[in-house]
Amino acid sequence: MSTTLVRGARLLGDRQGDLLIRDGLIVEVGPGLSEVGAEVIDATGLVALPGLVDLHTHLREPGREDAETVASGTAAAALGGFTAVHAMANTDPVADTAGVVEQVWRLGQAAGHCQVRPVGAVTVGLAGERLAELGAMASSAAGVRVFSDDGHCVSDAVLMRRALEYVKAFGGVIAQHAQEPRLTEGAQMNEGELSGVLGLRGWPAVAEEAIIARDVLLAAHVGSRLHICHVSTAGSVEIIRWAKSKGWDVTAEVSPHHLLLTDELAASYDPVFKVNPPLRGKADVAALREALADGTIDAVATDHAPHPVEDKDCEWDAAAFGMLGLQTALSVVQEAMVETGLLDWAGVADRMSTRPARIGALAGQGEGLVPGAAANLVLVDPSVRARVDPDTMASLSRNTPYAGMVLPGRVVTTLLHGRATVRDGVLQ
Amino acid sequence: MNRHLLSIDDLSRDEATHVLDTAAELAHLLDDTDRAVRKLPTLRGRTVVNLFFEDSTRTRISFEAAAKRLSADVINFSAKGSSVSKGESLKDTALTLEAMGADAVVVRHPASGAPHRLAYSGWTRSSVVNAGDGTHEHPTQALLDAFTMRRHLGPPDRPGALDGRRVAIVGDILHSRVARSNVLLLDKLGAAVTLVAPPTLLPVGVGSWPCQTSYDLDAVLPACDVVMMLRVQRERMNAAYFPSAREYSRRYGLDAPRLGMLAEHALVMHPGPMNRGLEISAVAADSPRSTIVEQVANGVSVRMAVLYLLLGGAQ
Amino acid sequence: MPPAVDEPGVREVLDAADVARALTRIAHEILERNRGASDVVLLGVPTRGVGLARRLGERMSAVEGSAVPVGSLDVTMYRDDLRLRPARALEHTDIPAGGVDGKVVVLVDDVLYSGRTVRAALTALDDLGRPRSVQLAVLVDRGHRELPIRADFVGKNLPTSSRERVRVLLADTDGRDAVLIGAGPGQPAAALDETSGAGPR
Repeated sequence: MSTTLVRGARLLGDRQGDLLIRDGLIVEVGPGLSEVGAEVIDATGLVALPGLVDLHTHLREPGREDAETVASGTAAAALGGFTAVHAMANTDPVADTAGVVEQVWRLGQAAGHCQVRPVGAVTVGLAGERLAELGAMASSAAGVRVFSDDGHCVSDAVLMRRALEYVKAFGGVIAQHAQEPRLTEGAQMNEGELSGVLGLRGWPAVAEEAIIARDVLLAAHVGSRLHICHVSTAGSVEIIRWAKSKGWDVTAEVSPHHLLLTDELAASYDPVFKVNPPLRGKADVAALREALADGTIDAVATDHAPHPVEDKDCEWDAAAFGMLGLQTALSVVQEAMVETGLLDWAGVADRMSTRPARIGALAGQGEGLVPGAAANLVLVDPSVRARVDPDTMASLSRNTPYAGMVLPGRVVTTLLHGRATVRDGVLQ
Repeated sequence: MNRHLLSIDDLSRDEATHVLDTAAELAHLLDDTDRAVRKLPTLRGRTVVNLFFEDSTRTRISFEAAAKRLSADVINFSAKGSSVSKGESLKDTALTLEAMGADAVVVRHPASGAPHRLAYSGWTRSSVVNAGDGTHEHPTQALLDAFTMRRHLGPPDRPGALDGRRVAIVGDILHSRVARSNVLLLDKLGAAVTLVAPPTLLPVGVGSWPCQTSYDLDAVLPACDVVMMLRVQRERMNAAYFPSAREYSRRYGLDAPRLGMLAEHALVMHPGPMNRGLEISAVAADSPRSTIVEQVANGVSVRMAVLYLLLGGAQ
Repeated sequence: MPPAVDEPGVREVLDAADVARALTRIAHEILERNRGASDVVLLGVPTRGVGLARRLGERMSAVEGSAVPVGSLDVTMYRDDLRLRPARALEHTDIPAGGVDGKVVVLVDDVLYSGRTVRAALTALDDLGRPRSVQLAVLVDRGHRELPIRADFVGKNLPTSSRERVRVLLADTDGRDAVLIGAGPGQPAAALDETSGAGPR
């Protein structure tokens, strides 16, 4: 079968080397490789990273194909350097049965831009009342391992406990959207000085932190694995750090926007900055960056949330929560973490590929740039800075909060099992 | 002046004073009982749209009277109760108004920031006047309150008439756009504001506002030049902001004994509509020091001044 | 700061004594025309018309031995050129007790130029009531009318070029009485603020 030679890349941003890829696997890594008949990709000046893995993607299909489809969302993912995404369960119908998760999984295979691993709903219809058939989803063709009611919190403590326990049988993990519902009724933005001035209902940090505190204790009590979605506050970081210090099996993710943007953007009343959990303050951003750097937060996950124009081109209260993320995630991480010296490229590979693949128990992803690993990789030119233009994005939606911002880094090539899904920045 | 009036922060102290001075002159012009025509031709040929997504007959009538006294054409558009209630409708409505050639849109909306969206989203070129948005601001109400205070605590036409005056704003600060606008304006005009409310009805971050706060009405009243009572909705007690209307009234209502604690010259104000017997007693509302009825009349003058200053000159 | 006569290109056409004589003459002319001061109301157009009206009133009262009512009439809200500039500040209107109905209203302004201010004043007066008659007194008529309006009482006819600026100084607002003419920025008459006679503020 095909043989590809990636020549002259800076492997994990460090030493220069070549990668020889055959039949979808990395077979050799080192300097000065050559292979007769191989297709050569000149990667001089580019950073090679293992293909990125997103733990948190809203592909909207089935149900909201006006916002995104599996095909368009995964195209955006490939262009952003991802080789695998976890498709969130809050579709219509909800991904709470084997049938729906298999449908999403098949759509992903058909599109072929990256691996699509569906996330199963924890409760039927995301209603928070009774468990969905988690086992059926786990043993379906989709092989679901991550379960989440994302968009809703599993707020019932008993239900959460049972879910944590139940998925142990098949190595699953509950990914909690930590939001105490009563404390956040009608909430619109981070609760703080600015929410009071703007007259927008506050979403207090404690509503996230209280749930995380409860859930790490629950996970410890029942000896289960817990994953926390989109951590957004300094207080949450403290609780997770404490839980990890106890040796409990807790992991956490942070969204790119929480690493770069703050709640001050809400002063524009432009709903493109409306997201759940909301953009927080400067101190939170600093704490999240630090936690990602020291590993307290394990992964960056995009929370890519496409919305059609009419759901954002309106008054703030009426607008939908969420932002695009797939095509800008790596650039934002470079800006917030690499350019600031908090994380090197090996660290980026760890937080955006290795650890998310491990959390999702996703074989064939996040295996690094070593012989024998699946040939999922991305070549990035970190020297380019470019203005973000929503109209050039592959997503069907345009709700990027970075429109007009200048961000570093450009994904040049993405390889999925040795096959280029993106070449010279163009979807294949 | 800025093209829009969305927040008191759109006005400098001088501009705010200019609005009040203009309102005073307009009031003087039109209140002349000898005057044959109680109207001015200034905005002839201009169109003012009252766009109300929320019921507020008194504010709408006030703006309508103001626009009509300046000879503007007035179109009233009540979006409440019709099929448009949220979402894209604000944009579609704006595009419709733009097509109709509105020069100014006076907008009342339950969502904070909706006038801001209207002004800055490129949907319309009209001047936008905020007639109350969600729990954000109600700048013309603050201007008419300050106008009323100046008249009584004056010398009314001298800048600095409110410097050093003490104003207590009492009640549901958390949900009050009137309180937000008043704090900003009175601070600009040099008055010292104290917000008085149970802790549950003060917003998070109120410590950074340019005012004092207190939980104790009785401690604040004796030193006040003005006490402004805000409407408290009985439904708030269902959300546990306070235990009962009775307890609220006992701790924060302006009853007869508290009225007696006020200084001789102190004013009693209320933006209306009042909940008699809850935040204000009939004795206080109807006392000679109450400016509640006068506030309504002053509202027309102040809104005339705002419309004139936004629309009366070159853009 | 009042412009000095020694400013380049500025020439004094009336000095304080000339202004005083002109006002005395106009005061007598008004009394003569109306056979006394009964029913006469003087309304000055702000800003300088107000001071002139007060002085005319003083002179007329002295002759008649009874007070002649004097007030001010701001025409800002009635101007036809509002949209040419940012919204202007209103001046004070003060109608003497008794109003204008059935009265002989004498409008007083400093400089008569395009006639647009007077037209605005007539419209404003219309909204106030119905005078028996309206007359116009000005300190300076500089020509260049754009409307069919003429003054009944004129202190001085002053032929000017439309490129020139005519400025009336009064002791209570400017420190001294004088009428100055000088080269100014070329302004179409309509855009010139003739209520102050001093060009755009």
